[in-house]
Amino acid sequence: MLEKTGVPDADQIKKITPSPGRLKKGPVAVVECFQSIPCDPCRYACRQEAIKEFKDINDLPVIDHDLCNGCGSCISKCPGLAIFVIDDTYSEKEGLVKLPYEYLPLPRPEEEVIGIDTEGWEVCSARVVKVQNAKVLDRTPVVWLTVPREHLMKVRNFLRKGGA
Amino acid sequence: MKKPEIAIVGGGPAGLSAALSAVRQGAQVMLIDRDPVLGGQLVKQTHMFFGSKKQYAAIRGIDIPQKLLAALQEEGNGKFDPRVNTTVLGCYDDGVLLLDKEDRAELIQPWKIIIATGAAEKMLPFPGNDLPGVYGAGAVQTLMNVYGIKPGTRVLMIGAGNIGLIVSYQLLQAGVEVTAIIEGAPKIGGYLVHATKVRRAGIPILTSHTIKEAYGCDSVEGAVLCNLDEKWCAVPGTEQSLAVDVICLAVGLTPQTELLWQAGCEQQYLPELGGYVPLRSEKMQTSLSHLFVAGDAACIEEAGSAMVEGKIAGLFAAADLGYAENVEALNETFSRELEELRSGPAGAKIRQGLSRLKGGAQVC
Repeated sequence: MLEKTGVPDADQIKKITPSPGRLKKGPVAVVECFQSIPCDPCRYACRQEAIKEFKDINDLPVIDHDLCNGCGSCISKCPGLAIFVIDDTYSEKEGLVKLPYEYLPLPRPEEEVIGIDTEGWEVCSARVVKVQNAKVLDRTPVVWLTVPREHLMKVRNFLRKGGA
Repeated sequence: MKKPEIAIVGGGPAGLSAALSAVRQGAQVMLIDRDPVLGGQLVKQTHMFFGSKKQYAAIRGIDIPQKLLAALQEEGNGKFDPRVNTTVLGCYDDGVLLLDKEDRAELIQPWKIIIATGAAEKMLPFPGNDLPGVYGAGAVQTLMNVYGIKPGTRVLMIGAGNIGLIVSYQLLQAGVEVTAIIEGAPKIGGYLVHATKVRRAGIPILTSHTIKEAYGCDSVEGAVLCNLDEKWCAVPGTEQSLAVDVICLAVGLTPQTELLWQAGCEQQYLPELGGYVPLRSEKMQTSLSHLFVAGDAACIEEAGSAMVEGKIAGLFAAADLGYAENVEALNETFSRELEELRSGPAGAKIRQGLSRLKGGAQVC
């Protein structure tokens, strides 16, 4: 379906979802890259070497979730904007999603927004916790959103209220 | 008549890389471009590039020309002569180039010429395709990203290759609504990460769909779409109308080979490579020994491959002039880069085209 619609299917998402045990330990990166293309910056972005060395530049990235500390350095380095960090330990009911967001104006911390899934559908309400936009991110800001924990693997974009 | 050692036509990724490669070998290079700034299509590519570090992966296209130009200024030692606002009107069989700089003609006779003229956009025939509001994706990108002008308010994108997907994303970034991306093929042609990026922003991607007609009085007011069956035939009764004021065509590129034709290079029609392409050796040397080619003018590919082809063409054009230091080792490095970029499933079409190309071009 991904090749027809641009939406990854449930099986693909399942394969790249960190184990429940790993999710209990804190933030971790999920790499939603499902197609062999000649591209490897993620591997060099990871200081933990959690993204394994590529044998070939066309390899799909393989991430060792146990080595990943969820630092998020890879998020803004992926030309496909396909890497997210999720944290299932944020609070009892809420999880944290860190996502790349290249639209202006940027949201403000504490702003209430609407969480959007990979199909562009509204999933839940979400709250902006932090907006990272340091020079090292090179104009790919990273927005931290809190969402209900069950939507951690669903929310991959957000809509600002009032259509902005 | 001026006789530069190497003249490069086109200052995009291939031409700039060719210039740097040749200058590093010690050759004197005149780099000619019709635009006021060097960079070619890079000047509007606000997205991060794919590929490896060697081809500036994860760097935005718009930032690459400065990097290459800085290296050219630093390592050029006065041997780099950029000519902007200069169009090459003729490339004759005796190796003479006719330049037009702001309506003044000049003839030059370089020892070696590298053609890096890039590509032209393909057109799609449909009723109403001459209405104002029907744009090529390149024009939309230039308007938005170079001049800061929105092309309209509601866009229908035709083509889900990398250009269609990227330009749709950039339209969204500019605050323009994209109603849909349609694609005649049953599958998305561009990188799927680009597709997921626009999809999660709510743009539907409709594969096996085409445009039947554009309508409007003085300019585009809408488009009629229809489904295509597996034989690419319109399915009756599937027509739907979309109100849009911009129809953006991203239906492929074809090598810009006019100068190569005029010079008398042998060419071959290879649809996998984008149409007619010049025969060339693994040195990027055409059937005329003084003429080299690089980038989209040789074969429609990503900018990363264009840059590596440029390095190879620059290296061998310089080597032919006697600047032959370290050629084998450098060529091995460059060839391996190119092979890597083309080795995966995304490079299958290119590999097939190159394997059919006469004249011994490399087959990975």
